[in-house]
Amino acid sequence: MDHSNDSKPFKQTRRKFLSTTVTAITAAVMMASMPMTIQAAAPATAEVNTTGLAVTDNTVKVGILHSITGTMAISEEGSVQAEILAIEQINAMGGVLGRKIEYIQEDGASDWPTFADRSNKLLRQDKVAAVFGCWTSASRKAVLPIFERYNGMLYYPTFYEGLEQSPNVIYTGQEATQQVLAGLDWVAEEKDAKTFYLIGSDYIWPRTSNKIARTHIEQHLGGQVVGEDYFPLGHTSFNSVINRIRLRKPDVIFASVVGGSNVAFYRQLKAAGLDMTKEDFTLLTISVTEDEVLGIGGENIAGAYASMKYFQSLPNENNEAFVKAFKERWGADAVIGDVTQAAYLGPWLWKAAVEAAGSFDVDKVRAASPDIELTTAPEGYVRIHENHHLWSKGRIGHAQRDGQFKVVHETEELMEPDPFPAGYQ
Amino acid sequence: MPFSSFKDYMPRQDLLAFVVLALLLVVILPLTLDVMRLNQTGKFLSFAFVAVGLVLCWGYGGILSLGQGVFYGLGGYALAMYLKLEASTPENTRIQTTPGIPDFMDWNRITELPWFWEPFYSLTFSILAVVVVPMIVAYLIGLAMFKRRVGGVYFAIITQSIAAILTILIIGQQGLTGGVNGITDLRTLKGWNIHTDSASYALYFVCVALLFACLLIAQYIRRSKTGRILVAMRGQEDRVRFSGYDIANFKIFVFCIGAAFAGIGGAMFTLQEGFMSPSFVGVVPSIEMVIFCAVGGRLSLIGAVYGVLLVSVAKTVFGENFPELWLFAMGLIFIGVVLGLPNGIAGLYATYVGPHVDRLLDRIFGKQTPSEQTQPHLESNSQGATP
Amino acid sequence: MFSDFSAAELSAIFAMQGFAGLILFAVFVLMALGLAIIFGQMGVINMAHGEFMILGAYVTYMTSNLFASHFPQLFGSYFLFAIVFAFFAAALLGALVEWSMIRFLYHRPLDTLLATWGLSLIMQQTYRSIFGAREVGVVIPDWLMGSYQLTDMIEVPINGLFVMVLAVLATLFVAALMYRSRWGKQVRAVVQNRPMAGAVGINTARVDRLTFALGCGIAGVAGSAFTMIGSTGPSSGQLYIVDTFLVVVFGGAGSLLGTVASAFSISQSQSILEFFMGGSMAKVLTLLVVVIILMFRPQGLFSLKVRR
Repeated sequence: MDHSNDSKPFKQTRRKFLSTTVTAITAAVMMASMPMTIQAAAPATAEVNTTGLAVTDNTVKVGILHSITGTMAISEEGSVQAEILAIEQINAMGGVLGRKIEYIQEDGASDWPTFADRSNKLLRQDKVAAVFGCWTSASRKAVLPIFERYNGMLYYPTFYEGLEQSPNVIYTGQEATQQVLAGLDWVAEEKDAKTFYLIGSDYIWPRTSNKIARTHIEQHLGGQVVGEDYFPLGHTSFNSVINRIRLRKPDVIFASVVGGSNVAFYRQLKAAGLDMTKEDFTLLTISVTEDEVLGIGGENIAGAYASMKYFQSLPNENNEAFVKAFKERWGADAVIGDVTQAAYLGPWLWKAAVEAAGSFDVDKVRAASPDIELTTAPEGYVRIHENHHLWSKGRIGHAQRDGQFKVVHETEELMEPDPFPAGYQ
Repeated sequence: MPFSSFKDYMPRQDLLAFVVLALLLVVILPLTLDVMRLNQTGKFLSFAFVAVGLVLCWGYGGILSLGQGVFYGLGGYALAMYLKLEASTPENTRIQTTPGIPDFMDWNRITELPWFWEPFYSLTFSILAVVVVPMIVAYLIGLAMFKRRVGGVYFAIITQSIAAILTILIIGQQGLTGGVNGITDLRTLKGWNIHTDSASYALYFVCVALLFACLLIAQYIRRSKTGRILVAMRGQEDRVRFSGYDIANFKIFVFCIGAAFAGIGGAMFTLQEGFMSPSFVGVVPSIEMVIFCAVGGRLSLIGAVYGVLLVSVAKTVFGENFPELWLFAMGLIFIGVVLGLPNGIAGLYATYVGPHVDRLLDRIFGKQTPSEQTQPHLESNSQGATP
Repeated sequence: MFSDFSAAELSAIFAMQGFAGLILFAVFVLMALGLAIIFGQMGVINMAHGEFMILGAYVTYMTSNLFASHFPQLFGSYFLFAIVFAFFAAALLGALVEWSMIRFLYHRPLDTLLATWGLSLIMQQTYRSIFGAREVGVVIPDWLMGSYQLTDMIEVPINGLFVMVLAVLATLFVAALMYRSRWGKQVRAVVQNRPMAGAVGINTARVDRLTFALGCGIAGVAGSAFTMIGSTGPSSGQLYIVDTFLVVVFGGAGSLLGTVASAFSISQSQSILEFFMGGSMAKVLTLLVVVIILMFRPQGLFSLKVRR
């Protein structure tokens, strides 16, 4: 893996940290050629770790906490791969503060109490400096009190419902308003949509997203919501709701169906003759990434639009390098979805914050985190907001038959993350 | 006192097993485990309540419930509701549209505390609810089914469906229940922080004490006339019925006791983990609970506790080290136990270790009188539970 | 809620809604048929039924890959081959499982539940090791994915028709086998009185094995068909298990007609309720009604009178 083009993995906005950063990068560069000088260049362990984390002179331990068994393994596999890739790349560049990252991987087993249990272990027994993990809101809610109690740092990759802002979590995915508003604004303008049908799986993320969507549609877009439906997770028969959609004839179907239900929903939609390629209605989803398309089948979802911040096809240099590295590491068939990319950002953002802080201590990393930016992000450029979410651009992708999305729209400005949107509560 | 002597209630082999278990849980584990692992053990033990209840229902009563997760969940939620209300003071929830109600209600645009949450402001009510609500539900289910002589496989599948219904209901009514997230972020009990190290120790010992209380009650039932009728009923239901006993009442009774135990277990989990999740209510955990019991030995109260500990520890060790292998291992354990060890670990003990221990005890305390030797409950190794 | 629609629209929607219910009915029949044989005839509670279905789905997936790479000109008809392969793969595995495990447990029906649950865990992890944790996308031939325009308002999904035809064929096949063949007679004889059946010269062990294999094979066919409407992943099978058992029990174990009747009533009520209320509440209500009816009529809709 060649990362010479990654020689500047991040740019400091705060001048006072610049010197530390340069030292770290120099250390990283020297590491490959002159291992003897590292000890001199890397700051002493006692200095960078005053809180008893698992940091030695040469290594630092972090945790990866995802489900690799159970129903959620389908979704979380990509995140694990991205995080491992990022860690390996960082190590190849010399690690963080002259220390190689060692990761301890734990299995959440798609069970929220297990997530809580394993995060306890990672923080209290393994004393990891940071944890990259969780996928569902439920797993995050289960581990959150533990991270706050034992002062851990969690990098959470999934787009989620917002309504949360913990000092112990960095949210690298979009929160609901970023995703929902970008999508709805686009569809209202581009497709002149007036009537919307909201359909989702029955849990907090779709419900909150639809709550925001409904407010936005009714109060800002002058549109009308003609139906709102929820189905239990894992539901597989959608013919009745498809009939209702037919009856209501909405301009837009706004879908946040997740997991295995997705496959059933899109296959039945297509079989029912609601053909998305004909454009007599628009299907806008906030839950289907390239990962989900694998199971649905590109030919069954072609024509749909997705509102995300990242698509594998995104044309920029960072992303081309990322996709290439990902495929080299995990096989040419691997696909990369929005969450996978967000998970990839986690270790890099952590590295940047640690180097800005000059310490692994969670408090110092937290203090250094706001305004950390990443110019090498595959999605282009991201910056951490005061509220621990990311400034990032919203994008609309158009699903193609080959399972990829074609980016048809990108917001001009970075969107400000707003986990507690006023007027949308 | 239906027992003529203490020995009648607790034969010396049983007494030995109780004492050994007490030593393990009260002395050895707290001395050897750090506080995090001890807390984890406490959470495992919360499942032991369910397993002990299952020994009574399944091992003795011959009724296999695949819905014990329902009762575990009801107990857990009852206490979680109290703790959540305590955590949701108007000061803590200032940023909400409606301060003073649990956060998930606010997210779902509920502006007033639902009526059924009101009583959970009272700790006394909540503690009562932990035991009574599961019992009422069990009573209603039992009344409807056992009076109509539904049993065996049908009972198993209907209870399983009830578990599925309750899960969908809890997840679907998230404004009232917290949905798939469960009720999270519980911090204090009457102002006492439940997450400090000292609290972890205290809660562990409370859990062990309650478990022994349940074990002693179960032992009482097992050794009493009721226990004997249950065993007789499991083997030859009609003969017991024709002898003039109302079979259904005995079944309802033991099912209610099992439900109450499960409720206590759920509450102990809530306290020790600080959250309650609908993932305990569903079909999968309910079956796992049966497996705990099967591994320990469906006829042995103490065995059930060991079964829980063993499977849970195996699950954690495999899960932390070889997560891919865990399902294989667990699957093989199920199959192996069912095919090879129908009476679980306790069966192994009774066959290979028990007689030696008996001889040893004979040597130390002198021979038992014949009346004390009767062990009416370990006789059968085949399941009489036919549909 | 219907005031703002024309009569023509409404009648078209109700026609399609009726059809949606029929599709769900066919899905339930296919799901439950295999279990009705295994549970109804043999008393074995096969908790791995969903995993046998997923085996059929994976076989379909492999068949589609095989045809796409080796016989692209035949790709349009691969699905018919896949169904046959799925049947035999699942039936073979079923026979193996019966031989290695189930036959020791016939006198302990509740224990079959635990053992097959263990089996389902092993099967899930096997799928995960072989096919990966992600769902696989089974490419369905185009002719199966379209819809048939009946009138300008009413469109009928072809895969729904296909599932319905398959359900009818499978039911007829099983019914013929059970009630019109010599082998079916043997099965029923074994169910009703095992020692007597053995005494008159029926090889009960062989009958058991074939019955179990048949049930599993039909589960494989169902799984193969479901690739058109559902997802194929290592743990997708668990989604079906509660529904399937409920259909069989509600119908009355041992009665093929009962299974069909119960699949019909459950699917219709669920489909109609779903149209009027959300999916979650529809499901809860349907299950609840079924459970309550079962409490009053534990033997199910149709029951076979067997001397116990």
